[in-house]
This record gives sequence, structure tokens and C-alpha cells, in this order.
Amino acid sequence: MKKISLILCFLLLYSTQLFSKEVVKIGLITPLTGDIKTFGESTKNSFFIALEEYAKKGKYEIKPIIADDKNDPTEGTNAALKLVTQDKVVAIIGPLTSKVAIPVSELVNTNKIPMITGTATNPKVTVSDGKRKKYVFRACFIDPFQGQVAANFALKDLKAKTAAVLYDVGNDYSKGLAEFFKNTFEKNKGTIVAFESYQKDDVDFSALITKIAIKKPDVIFIPDYYNKVALIAKQIREKGLKSTLLGGDGWDSPELLKIGGDAVVGSYFTNHYSPDRKDPIADSFIQKYKQKHGNVPDALGALAYDATWILLNALDRAVKPTPEEILKEIEKTKNHKGATGTISFDNNGDAVKSTVIIKIEKTGPKYITTVNP
Amino acid sequence: MEILIYLTQQFINGIQLGAVYALIALGYTMVYGVLRMINFAHGDIFMLGAFISYYGITKFNLPFPILILSTSLLTAVIAILIEKIAYKPLRNAPKISLLITAVGVSLFLEYTLSLNAFFTPNYIGFPRPFEIRSYDIGMFSINNIHLIIFSVTIISLALLYLLIYKSKYGIAMRAASHDLEITRLMGIRTDNIISFTFGIGGALAGIGGLLYSMAYPQINVFMGIMPGIKSFIAAVLGGIGIIHGAVLGGFIIGISEVFVSAFLSSTYRDGVIFIILFIFLLFRPNGIFGKNIEKV
Repeated sequence: MKKISLILCFLLLYSTQLFSKEVVKIGLITPLTGDIKTFGESTKNSFFIALEEYAKKGKYEIKPIIADDKNDPTEGTNAALKLVTQDKVVAIIGPLTSKVAIPVSELVNTNKIPMITGTATNPKVTVSDGKRKKYVFRACFIDPFQGQVAANFALKDLKAKTAAVLYDVGNDYSKGLAEFFKNTFEKNKGTIVAFESYQKDDVDFSALITKIAIKKPDVIFIPDYYNKVALIAKQIREKGLKSTLLGGDGWDSPELLKIGGDAVVGSYFTNHYSPDRKDPIADSFIQKYKQKHGNVPDALGALAYDATWILLNALDRAVKPTPEEILKEIEKTKNHKGATGTISFDNNGDAVKSTVIIKIEKTGPKYITTVNP
Repeated sequence: MEILIYLTQQFINGIQLGAVYALIALGYTMVYGVLRMINFAHGDIFMLGAFISYYGITKFNLPFPILILSTSLLTAVIAILIEKIAYKPLRNAPKISLLITAVGVSLFLEYTLSLNAFFTPNYIGFPRPFEIRSYDIGMFSINNIHLIIFSVTIISLALLYLLIYKSKYGIAMRAASHDLEITRLMGIRTDNIISFTFGIGGALAGIGGLLYSMAYPQINVFMGIMPGIKSFIAAVLGGIGIIHGAVLGGFIIGISEVFVSAFLSSTYRDGVIFIILFIFLLFRPNGIFGKNIEKV
């Protein structure tokens, strides 16, 4: 009789654990509409793949709360405020872009909610005015490194002597990357013949391109997102300019080739990962993504997947599912094996990682080389 | 010589942009002439023109002349409907109500159409109905998009001229813009004239939308806002209510935009346009062709 009651007791204990896992709310901020919606979609899809994997073995039941930031800083801040004050999430994944992540990171930092962005590459996301935002982390490299790699690649591999830069003056990501590219390019004896800016809603680039065309630069660096890049690239080719186009991780969308067509073929960009790279974790993630959504995930999706898993692992290790305890565990993250490579945080909460260079060919993106920091 | 070629090339860019502004500005100016109201929903008719031609190309594969005709016809009908539904009930209301209604119609169109069930809020690549071709004439190059924009604009302006100065409707319209009440007393159905004015303005904005998205091939539901404001400035610059003033204003705005981008920086571009507007409002509030008599 004693034995049976003991077993019953165990069963009861076990069943409470099995059937009523504690619910933990996690927020995702990403652009599901607007100029970079394909990024937002792949981020969301990858976030859910990570959650599904976690559901099988994790300690808690995750309640995801998705917010659309439309790639707009105001929308993003409002969404974050709602997640923090109304939904009371314990941690946030996102936002996707630097220009949204910078104001949101300020907000979560003052509200003491940990945030991991997969993809915001501007240095100001984790550090502003020399001060580290304690609650903010990212799973990607930062723009000074990306700009440097792009500039060195242009000088050494493309044998470029002159370059023009076209960037969005209202976008921290675009502006930062443009400046880092310029610095490295000039330091290594290259000449920047034009450093021109435009505004977010501009569609007419004819004046700027005519201006650049008379200088005939070897490369044109366009650190912006695929939509704008496709539009600019088309107008560049229509003006008969043959310079090689170069860009950053904002180019990584199948839409670029779809909208840009021949105008973007033969261009290069720096990126976080290439699906061609052989790696068991990446392959299993790509496999799952392909099965569910029918296409290969972009780097932004893979990074969101990694960011989500870093958070989930920290959550499982934490003694209590509270923001403070989770933060402690995120800080301890070391050699996290993710789809985009091994991730450890440096003192600023930035991931130390390598970057890959990808060429756009008629059939799609092609892996060229990997550059280590 | 280099600089001369450069100037010419930039001038062509400016005329291309100015032509579209001129087409939109005409709608503002004609409606103002007749109703003394600023139709802030006009920029959204321009956006509708872009989307209608987008569907005309992708869904129905229309040949270019038919595309222009159907786009302008549809935008004309939409403009007339907007007038009938939103503005006509306010014919005797204070002018400020009309103005606020126009802002409301504009927001209604933008945000309703940005729903996923309609156009979605996303940026869409605009497929050109034909391949782009560049021609080198002497030292500078011009492409077929430029040529089409110039010729379509010139044809539209010529037709508009014939309509306004040679047809009975045009005479009635000019009379209405002179004095709506007296025109009504003369036995002219002013409601029809007002609809007619909105229709013409809508058709021109629709053509503008088509040409604009051909030149800068990306469309979005909010694309009408800035061109709308700039064309409005163009209409004020030329003297609001004056038709040739709107055309000249459009070209001035387009060309100065391009030249500011070319010689200063595109960051200053919109600023300079608004400074031009300020200067005009301070020293010549009636515009270039405006008479100096204040009309109440």
C-alpha cells in the first residue's frame, strides 16, 4: 500500500510538471509590413522554429507575443512599450534593424528587460556615448567590421581604386556602414570620389547618379536594404554606369534579384552566413525552414533563430524566469553553437563572428569567401 | 564642355520630374479655380494611377496606349466619385470643412488601401511595359522613358488646352472659376462642371502616376504624399487657379529639385523647395502669374 501511494505521489508530481509548465512571455519585435517585410517574415518564421524545438524539451511553456514595427523607430518604440508595460514579457527578441533597435534598446534598458537582437549591426545599439546598455545583446557582428571587410574586399579582390558611396541619411545602419566603409577605403589608399546621401522615401536618384557617373568610380557602395538597392541599381544601369555594386547584409533577400534583375547581377555583399556553408546545426535549421516555408532562410532568419536559442538556453539555466535572472545567464553565454556559427559575447554584448562575402549571380547568391575578425 | 554636358543631363532629369509635377499641379489648380478649395486627396489619386497601371500591366498585359487611356479614365471616375460622395454635400459649408474633409479623404484612401486585403503597405516593384533603351545624342544620352514622359505630357497639355479654350465645357469651366454663382444664374449646371473639373484633374494625376512609376519603378500606397505636396507648391508658385502657372511651377520645382541634389546635397533638396515657397509667399503671394488683387 505504501509503495502504491508513493508511486501515486510521484505520478502526481510528474503530471503537474508535465501538464502545467509555467508560462513565460517572450516578445518579438520585427517588421512584418513595409519596406523590408521579407526580413521580418523570415525572422518571425525562424523565431517560431526555435520555439517549436524548445517546446519538446524546455522547462517552460513559451507564450510568444509578436509586434510589427514597420521598420519605423516610432512604431518600434510603441510596440516595445506595450510589450514591456502591458504584456509584461520577460525578454525581447529583435528589433531587426538598427534604426529601430537603437531607441528600443534605450527603452528596454531603462525598464530592465533583457533584449537580444539578431541583426541590428550599428554599434550604438549596445553602447551609446561610451556607456554599455547592460540589458542589450546581439547575435551578429557590428558595422565597423562589416564596413572594413567590404572596403578591403573592394581594394584587394576587386582591385578598385575609386569608390562612390550612396547612403540613406536618415538611417543609422546605412549611415554608419557608409562611414566605416569610407574610413577603411581611404586609409588603405583608395579614393572616395563621391559620398552622397538621399532620404528614405526618395525614388528619383537621377540627379545623384548623373553626378556620380561623370566620376566613373570602380565600385559603388550602397549600404541599404534590398528594396532601395534594387531601385538605385536599376537607375545606375539605366544611366549606362558599369561600376561594380557593393553592399552589406541588408541586401540578403530573394526580392533583390527579383526586383533588381540584371541590374544587380555581378554585385557583391557582406553577410552573416551563407546557406552553402556545411554545418550540422545550420543544415538542420535550413531543412526545417525549407520544409515549412518552401525556401532557404536568409541570414536574418538564421540570426533570429540563434538569438532566440541563446535566450531560451539562458531561460532554462536561470533559477527563476525573471528578467534579472535571465540577464545573468545571457551574460554567461559562451561558445553558443548556432546556425550562423559559434557565438560568444564580448564586453559590449556584441557577438564576435566572421563575415562572408556573397556574389549575386543570375541564378542566385553564391558564396565567395569568409573573413575572420 | 564637360560641365555643359553635365548641366544638360541634369536638366533632362529635372524636366522628367517636372513634367510629372506639372500634371499633378494642374489638378490642384483647376479644382481651386472652380471651388476655391485645396483638394489634399489629389496626391492619392496620383498613387491610384500608379497602382491601376500596375494591375493593368501585371494582370491584363495592356499595350501602352490602352494602359494610359484606361488608367486616366479610371482615376477620373474615382476623382468624380470622391467629389460626389465627400465634397458635394459640403457645397454650402464653410471652406475650412471642405479642407478638413479633403485631408480626411486622403488619410482614408491611404490607410484603407494599405490593408493587406487591398494594395498592402509594402513597396512593390513596378514592371515597365517595355524595355528601356538609351540613345546617345551628341555628347549626352536620353532614354525612351524620357521621350515617352515628354511626349505624353505634351500631348496631355495640348489636349487640355483644346478642352479648356475651345470646348463648351471648357468655357463653362472658365466661367465657373470666374464666379460660380453667376455661372449658375446663367443656366449652367455647375455641379456637372465641378465633376468635369475633378474628372480632368483626376485623369491628369493618373497619367502622372503612371509616368512617375515608369521612371522610378517602385510603388507604395504612401507614394502620393510628397509629390502631392510638391505639386501643390508648384501650383501656388505659378499662381493657384491659373493653368499655365501650374505647368510652369511644376517644371520650376522639378528642375530646382534636381539641381539642388546635383550641386548641393539631396539632403537640402526639400528644404530648398520650401524656402522657395516661403519667398514666394512673402513677396509674391499670388504666384508668378497671379494678379495682385486679393480675391475674397
